[in-house]
Amino acid sequence: MTAAVNANPELPDLAASVVAGAHAGEQLEVYVSRGRSTTVKAYDGQVESLRSGTTQAIGVRVVVDGRQGFASAGSLDPDVVADTVAEARENLQFAEVDPHQGLAHPDGVPEPGLDLVDRAVLDLSEDDKIEMAIDLERRCLARDPRITGVRTSAWSDGWGEAALASTAGIAVFSEGGSCSVGVQPLAVDGDETQIGYAGDAARRPDELDIDKVITEAVEGATGLLGATKPASDKVTVVFEPSVAAAFLGTVAGALTGDRVIKGRSPFAERLDEEIAVSSLTLVDDPTDPRSLGADNHDGEGLAARRNVLIDGGVLQRFLHNSYTARRAQASSTGSAVRGARSTPGVGLHAMTIVPGDLERDALLAAVGDGVFVRGVNGLHSGVNPVSGDFSVGAYGHHIRAGELAEPFREATIASTLQRMLFDLVHVGGDFEFLPGGTGMASLAIADISLSGT
Amino acid sequence: MPNGDGDAALVERGLVQAALDEALSAGGEWAEVFAEDRQNAGALFDEGRVEEMSSSRDRGVGLRVTVGDTTGFAHTSDLTEEGLRTAARTAAAGARGTGTRTGQPLSGDGVAAPRVETLPSSVPKATKVDLLRRADGAARAVDDAISQVTVRYSEGRRRILVANTDGVFAGDDQVRTLFSVNCVAAGDQGLQTGRETVGYTVGFELFDSHDVEELAARAAGRAVTKLRARPAPSGELPVVIKRGGGGVLFHEACGHGLEADLVRKGASVFKDRVGELVASPLVTLVDDGTMGVEWGAVAIDDEGHPTQRNVLIEDGVLTDYMWDHLRSRDAGRAPSGNGRRQSYMHLPMVRMTNTFVTNGDTDPDDIVADTSHGVYIAQLGGGQVNTATGDFVFGMTEAYLIEDGQITEPLREGNLIGNGPDVLANIDAIGNDFDMGSPGTCGKDGQGVPVGDGQPTLRVTALTIGGTAS
Repeated sequence: MTAAVNANPELPDLAASVVAGAHAGEQLEVYVSRGRSTTVKAYDGQVESLRSGTTQAIGVRVVVDGRQGFASAGSLDPDVVADTVAEARENLQFAEVDPHQGLAHPDGVPEPGLDLVDRAVLDLSEDDKIEMAIDLERRCLARDPRITGVRTSAWSDGWGEAALASTAGIAVFSEGGSCSVGVQPLAVDGDETQIGYAGDAARRPDELDIDKVITEAVEGATGLLGATKPASDKVTVVFEPSVAAAFLGTVAGALTGDRVIKGRSPFAERLDEEIAVSSLTLVDDPTDPRSLGADNHDGEGLAARRNVLIDGGVLQRFLHNSYTARRAQASSTGSAVRGARSTPGVGLHAMTIVPGDLERDALLAAVGDGVFVRGVNGLHSGVNPVSGDFSVGAYGHHIRAGELAEPFREATIASTLQRMLFDLVHVGGDFEFLPGGTGMASLAIADISLSGT
Repeated sequence: MPNGDGDAALVERGLVQAALDEALSAGGEWAEVFAEDRQNAGALFDEGRVEEMSSSRDRGVGLRVTVGDTTGFAHTSDLTEEGLRTAARTAAAGARGTGTRTGQPLSGDGVAAPRVETLPSSVPKATKVDLLRRADGAARAVDDAISQVTVRYSEGRRRILVANTDGVFAGDDQVRTLFSVNCVAAGDQGLQTGRETVGYTVGFELFDSHDVEELAARAAGRAVTKLRARPAPSGELPVVIKRGGGGVLFHEACGHGLEADLVRKGASVFKDRVGELVASPLVTLVDDGTMGVEWGAVAIDDEGHPTQRNVLIEDGVLTDYMWDHLRSRDAGRAPSGNGRRQSYMHLPMVRMTNTFVTNGDTDPDDIVADTSHGVYIAQLGGGQVNTATGDFVFGMTEAYLIEDGQITEPLREGNLIGNGPDVLANIDAIGNDFDMGSPGTCGKDGQGVPVGDGQPTLRVTALTIGGTAS
């Protein structure tokens, strides 16, 4: 989603007309969007399902004298638009006064001017999409004789446009598309079945790395055949980039303004202090067009900007939208995130790590003995970003004498977010942009409790 | 046009018939119309004041057409005749059919009344705000260590209409009300959290039988207790799970693995095991969508089939899987009322409703007293399972050590990990104190649906605790 190029004037006109109806003394913001998407799932060489649809949505925020009301709906029909504005006004009646409440005001920061609109995805025919999904399944099955089936092989694409306008003078429009694939092969050996998963996403079909997806998915399934439960121990773990992104994403979530001002972050009082080893530098950079999270503006229409969160281990900045910034007596960092269905929150657009210089093999060699974590589960149930407790299910491989060895499963790894940032021993050089837009590398973290037998 | 009131079908019968006819004339072998009108409203109380009141309205229709093993699906928020016909043609084209069938005539009136005493939308917003304020005050009164309190109220009404070329024309009117309290306590060792949620498939009468102040005090107490929690152990230990606190264990350990779509694709450790002993003979597991006011209760599933009580495991023996339209059709059997979907924009698939283990005959106190060293879990958080291997994790949000048959020190949060078939076999005691647990949202392939779970106090002889203490 991007670019202030107004290719389709309808949504901005609709947004402007809603704003024009604001009452005197009322701050009003409207977000309108529409999109379409297609998902093809293949199974057994055939189309299992082909799903397509269109969506519309409107979200209206009204602020009067420090009170805020919000309403949303899944239609842009004129009667629904009018009802939604009325509902937002009614909801406002019951909110209580918060002097910091209000809309974002233009802050003069120029947008990065990224050209992210690529219409290649619109040129695909339905048959092209079907062939992609079927071909993905076929190639997974052909890659390794132990792959006996594929639970799901899917192609998805979508195109969306959105306009945001407010009485504070915000008026932005964005549009864009993306496509993605995902596959879950099943590897069987005797009575044992292991399932793998890999996927990729891009703005253009030819940017998808299908071969890498197949390799990761197939090796993910076959590599775990014969995995056993490890003995409980204190170990050094190596997180592959997707796992590292989940870990650092939780840390970065605790650096967002709403969590900080409401006392729900273990890092709330730590600005300008060392919270990690000096090898860690973490930024949120939506101005980097390589990230799928890149954008020209944030969810309140302010310019997207590069924010350094942790620089050489020192906590540099919390992320803010306009509300949390007013509360913290800071400036918005352009970090509002939202859809039509909610008021703006605070979040990361494109978290990116500054990589180290050890490629994967060198990183494993430097670790010597430990475990390589290919995947984790239970992030939502075992990680508490308020207390910092970190405990997740993990599977992957042992590392012995600096090389990947036998697989393990049915284990957990545990520590605290605060400790792990100081137990980080290596940041890998194997930097990549993940399908979600995060730029990440492998991480080696010492002194983790591995729980098994 | 959509009908906004409860006394007629959501979409007029003639319009539905036209869409189904269009789907079949465009080549479909079987077609379905799923219409939905959803109204949600909520209030958020944070930092001692009403932070936000919000509401939303969604309505739309999903057209599903099948030809052989291929499904075409199209969704739209355009509920006009032209909108429905276009969606029908799109779905039929997706299914790539060439047939010329005619469907069964629609039977039924497609109407359902909400099964509640008081529609939440009829209650003044000020009354709801008062509940939030009372809960906030009660939580803060528990202890000076309580530093933050967030209280949420939400109400949802979901009206659906399902019609298909088998002649189904059925509606449901689902009303749910939920109230939750999240507390943060600050102590010398940092911050801890406590949460309590109550939610049922009921209207505003929820608050006749549930005291929000008690709920808030429990949430606050949980956070305060955890301030003195010690790190959880690392490794395998016996685990006792308090009644109503851990139904999610069965949801993850075997519930997902008993969904016929996963079984059919070989992605379940329970495939080809009907009739076999898959659990301790103490275990009887049921999925029951008809359970009164429970969170996962619905009159019909999202394919128009009445929900029912399905015994999945009886005295340790696997008796049946859960089924939706497609899987039961392929297997030549009746569906089980487990075809559900998040919204009109989604394809249905096999989903649980309320999943629970029935009572055993042991006194729960004896289960604890009979455990020399282990972990007592009073409240579990969410979980996640790999159905292919049966490995599953679940979080413990309130747990204690058991030492010499006594519940002692509180433990910090963490995940536990186990393997479904192993854990089911290793249940060696089940109490006689059955209770349902907190309302949950089950996620599968990106779709969330409301589910309930429950269980009596029970013990698993060994689970791996994902703590840090040796």
